[in-house]
Amino acid sequence: MLKTMLKATVFAATLAVSAGAFHAPAFADTVYNRGSAAEPESLDPHKTSTIYEADILRDLFQGLVMQDAKANVVPGAAESWTVSDDGTVYTFKLRKDGVWSDGSPVTAEDFVYSFRRLEDPATGAEYASMLYPIKGAEDANTKKGKLEDMGVKAIDDHTLEITLNAPTPYFLEMLTHQANYPVNKASIEKLGADWIKPGKLVSNGAYTLAEWVPNDHIKLVKNPKFWAADTVKLDTVNYITTEDRSSAMKRFEAGELDSYNDLPTEQLADLKAKFGDKIHIGPYLGTFYFAIKTDKAPWDNVDLRNAISMAIDRDFLAEKVWQNSMLPGYSMVPPGIEGYTPSMAKFADMAQIDREDEATKILSKLGYGPDKPLKMQIRYNTSENNKNTAVAIQEQLKPLGVDVSLINTDTKTHYAFLEQKGDYDLARAGWIADYKDPETFLGISRAASGNNYSRYNSPKFEEAMNKAAADGGQPEKRMKDLADAEQIMIDDVGNIPLLYYSYKDIVSPKLHGFVDNVMDVHPSRFISKD
Amino acid sequence: MLLYVLRRLLTAIPTLFVIVTLAFFLIRVAPGGPFNQERGLSPEIKANLEAEYGLNDPLWLQYGHYLKNLSHGDFGPSYNLPDFTVGELFARGLPISIQLGASALVLALLLGCLLGTVAALNQNRWGDYAVIALATAGSTIPTFVIAPIIQLVFGLSWKLLPVGGWGGGAMLNKIGPVLTLALPQIAIVARLMRGSMIEALRSHHIRTARALGLSDWSVVVRHALRGAILPIVSFTGPAAAALLTGSIIVETIFAIPGVGRYFVDAALNRDYTLVMGTVVVIAIFTIVFNLIVDIMYAVVDPRVRYD
Amino acid sequence: MTDAAVDNEPAANVVVGRSLWGDAWARLKANRAAMFSLFYLGLMALVCIAGPWFVPHDYTTIYSDYVRTPPSTEAYPKADMVKGALDDVLKRMRVDLKDWKLEDGRATITVAGTRPIDERYLRYVDRSDTFDDARMEAKSPDGLEMTFSAAVKQQYFLFGTDNVGRDLLSRTLVAGRISLAIGLLAGVVAVTIGVVYGATAGFLGGKVDEVMMRIVDVLYSLPFIFFVIMLVVFFGRNFVLMFLAVGAVLWLDMARIVRGQALSIRRHEYVQAAEALGVRQSGILKRHVIPNLLGPVVIYMTLLVPHVIILESFLSFLGLGVQEPMTSWGVLISVGAHNIGSANWMLLFPAFFLVSTLFALNFVGDGLRDALDPKDR
Repeated sequence: MLKTMLKATVFAATLAVSAGAFHAPAFADTVYNRGSAAEPESLDPHKTSTIYEADILRDLFQGLVMQDAKANVVPGAAESWTVSDDGTVYTFKLRKDGVWSDGSPVTAEDFVYSFRRLEDPATGAEYASMLYPIKGAEDANTKKGKLEDMGVKAIDDHTLEITLNAPTPYFLEMLTHQANYPVNKASIEKLGADWIKPGKLVSNGAYTLAEWVPNDHIKLVKNPKFWAADTVKLDTVNYITTEDRSSAMKRFEAGELDSYNDLPTEQLADLKAKFGDKIHIGPYLGTFYFAIKTDKAPWDNVDLRNAISMAIDRDFLAEKVWQNSMLPGYSMVPPGIEGYTPSMAKFADMAQIDREDEATKILSKLGYGPDKPLKMQIRYNTSENNKNTAVAIQEQLKPLGVDVSLINTDTKTHYAFLEQKGDYDLARAGWIADYKDPETFLGISRAASGNNYSRYNSPKFEEAMNKAAADGGQPEKRMKDLADAEQIMIDDVGNIPLLYYSYKDIVSPKLHGFVDNVMDVHPSRFISKD
Repeated sequence: MLLYVLRRLLTAIPTLFVIVTLAFFLIRVAPGGPFNQERGLSPEIKANLEAEYGLNDPLWLQYGHYLKNLSHGDFGPSYNLPDFTVGELFARGLPISIQLGASALVLALLLGCLLGTVAALNQNRWGDYAVIALATAGSTIPTFVIAPIIQLVFGLSWKLLPVGGWGGGAMLNKIGPVLTLALPQIAIVARLMRGSMIEALRSHHIRTARALGLSDWSVVVRHALRGAILPIVSFTGPAAAALLTGSIIVETIFAIPGVGRYFVDAALNRDYTLVMGTVVVIAIFTIVFNLIVDIMYAVVDPRVRYD
Repeated sequence: MTDAAVDNEPAANVVVGRSLWGDAWARLKANRAAMFSLFYLGLMALVCIAGPWFVPHDYTTIYSDYVRTPPSTEAYPKADMVKGALDDVLKRMRVDLKDWKLEDGRATITVAGTRPIDERYLRYVDRSDTFDDARMEAKSPDGLEMTFSAAVKQQYFLFGTDNVGRDLLSRTLVAGRISLAIGLLAGVVAVTIGVVYGATAGFLGGKVDEVMMRIVDVLYSLPFIFFVIMLVVFFGRNFVLMFLAVGAVLWLDMARIVRGQALSIRRHEYVQAAEALGVRQSGILKRHVIPNLLGPVVIYMTLLVPHVIILESFLSFLGLGVQEPMTSWGVLISVGAHNIGSANWMLLFPAFFLVSTLFALNFVGDGLRDALDPKDR
């Protein structure tokens, strides 16, 4: 009896094991259909400007350092690095087994060539400022100096030395940006403008470019020469461009897309009900704010600016207009940067009723009220949510005696207008972090910045920012300096921050390794699919 | 006839020239340029970009350069998709738009003529009313409403068609877009056909044919059709030009990589070279199709003479 | 001795003949579909113009508690929504709920907080769209607990609300004003320019005619979407300029038709006869040319208006339509189209209004064409 049972058990166990063995990975390719809300503008790292290119380039190339699935800085083409005592000289040791997809080795000279190309005025790179911390880079880019004088030197084939202007704690973060990826010199010299074409693009990352049908899809296939190729699980990644958000939701539901990187937020409640935890929403390093023209009457009065800022009900905007896909924001720098505590507006703790009372007091003190309304014009660029936000604010400010008129123009006209310092009262703007550091958010309020739409000019602020730069060698002290600078700007109401962005992704449960993070970075090489 | 065609083709050239000039200056006068966006560029970087594209030269100089390149068919690189030249973008997208547009046109003509004839033969009876109702519905419901409904019903609910994508030209992927494109046109053709068929059926030679005992359908096919088809021919000209150059709505909603989107996106993005490309393409299509229509007129109606 | 006069008014007065227009009108009256459509259009115009004054909601008022609510013939809030609204209010007041009950449309609520509760906070209750007339009933001595009551406000949203929380019924009606206005005005603009241009070309004939028609051909070959976008970008989102833009693009067809008519009318026998008789140009224009022109013009105009409204809705879909807070059927439908499957009422109601109006316009146009068609006689 026991023997029979034993035999039966062994038999069953064998069956189970062999049945399990038949679930071995299929011989077919694993394909990840990755939906994207916009077409990339270019696959030349030096000609890019949006996140849509960043995602693809991150899969194709490897910079000195890269981001892992959690968006932390990890070694990339460089396996290690050392920083000099004064923090201005970085020495990178490149991997000996790093090769391009055509077999040639990745050398320090490649990086010298690439960085020079980025700063070359003839390239017209939009993100040339990514390397401005390097000595001589800004001068070369603005035609005040020579490219050869840049602080980038190849000590030998696998050692790269970079000299900075001053200690820059966020330099490694900046190096993860796609503008700082290496490009293959031989390929560019031979093929000219055609070097980025599918089948010809020489890349050093986990994937190579197989196809690019504009406005349809971009096909990446696994690069067998990649030094970590055995850890890459996906054989093919298809970036599928679908601009219409509602259409994308339907395609996801039909299984045509495994993930998509944006959501139609006005339908969020219904989407959450339908898709449950396939919807991923969380804090993203970006701020939605209104620029306010600080050099024009009556907006040059800081109390008035404060009143307007207080009167806006951010909770309503976040909850109702954006369906909780955004968070109410009271500081310029969103939360999520390690070691930094954003400086909030003083009224952040007040109840909305109290804020409105305070605002009404200020307005009547300045002579405004329902019989003498304050006229205000809000400009925004075309988008459903921008429109709803502006409309909601218009309604909120009406009972306080503020007469809001709205002007909607398409995106190009909107930003051209702001850039040319046109006449306006309030204008909607947004800022997404280029790298994980408060500097990127605060820099736009400096007088010299081209993105300073508010024309905010405060010597105290400049002084605080300069102090932070000078304390570059002491990261903790520097963070505190930046927080002080931010407090100055917030108290001055140099901008009116309203909301913090969230990343909005929808992800099929078949995907693994898609880790939520504040930069919304999800390199395909860490992702696998059932 | 041949002389007439040649004359028309010759006059097309100055027409094209005027159009190109008009569009060139119009787009550059619009506020904003290709490099204005949320993350504004520093003045130096913007200067670098503009220098690279020759945007700092005086307008007349830029115009001259453009014409020179155009004369050997070089439309230049797209501003917003600089990895591709305008020519490449059209080479890839135009065949796709043409496929969809041509299928929609054929479908519209066949079904429209059929429905219109049925309506005419059953004038003021319920067959007529049904066709008129359907036709009006097709032409009054906007395409951006029809498209998502097709996606919802055929794609998600009944799972007969893919929701979107070109799928490399698979037949199933084409059905949704073609239907959406065709429906408004079917409606228009049906009404035109009904109207002109009613008129044709009243003419003397039809009455004679009927008096002689010919059945309704053979009367239609052999005699009435020729006369009735003229308004449809003249409608087809501009309709073909519009359909074959793609529809932004259909292409955006169904995610089809055609050229329809360029007509709107290029203007909105101030992609100067792409805008010029779209203007030239549509002008050529319109001129060519109007010419074809006029020739067809002469073929169908022997009373029409060109000299 | 002149023969029978050019127009057919007989000398005898026993049989009263009908003029051309009388004929046409009689024929139109007999066309039931067209008459019904005419009546429907009138009704629609009336409803859209006067309707908003009778709807209790303003088209710009945002009801934060009622974002994206489905339509209902029963009053809101529904029984299960009251608690949710209450939770929202209490969250704003930063207090916790101890107890509440609902009696006769009035809710009595007891709350407790960690800080003394300010009576001013009852304003949050008033602000809520669900509650009204908040009154404090009792307060504990240390101020940490409070009981208040509020009336539950009954509202009707017959068409539901949109993505921001505005009543869709009033918005649809106001949108109708704009859409009909744009259709009519753009149509008038297109017709005016087209008739003047076409008649001039047709009459003057010869070289002038050729040049003028060449210009029309050139303009025809411009991708008109691009042209409209340029106009919108240049002139901003001014409502007046919007219909000017649309009209300016659509006059080409009108010009062609009028020119064709003018050319052929010039050669008609009755015009030649009138000229031979010595009737002055103005007389010919008045008695023969204009009546013959008007027919096709009127027909074309009724078919142009739907075209204009659809074009406007296309521009709205692209984000180039009328400015907030104004709205049009095109704007409502394009938002509704994006929400198909999750909030169908946002599409169905404005679409019904739009489609039925366009239907009616089409039938009237067809009826007019049938009525004025000379070959029918």
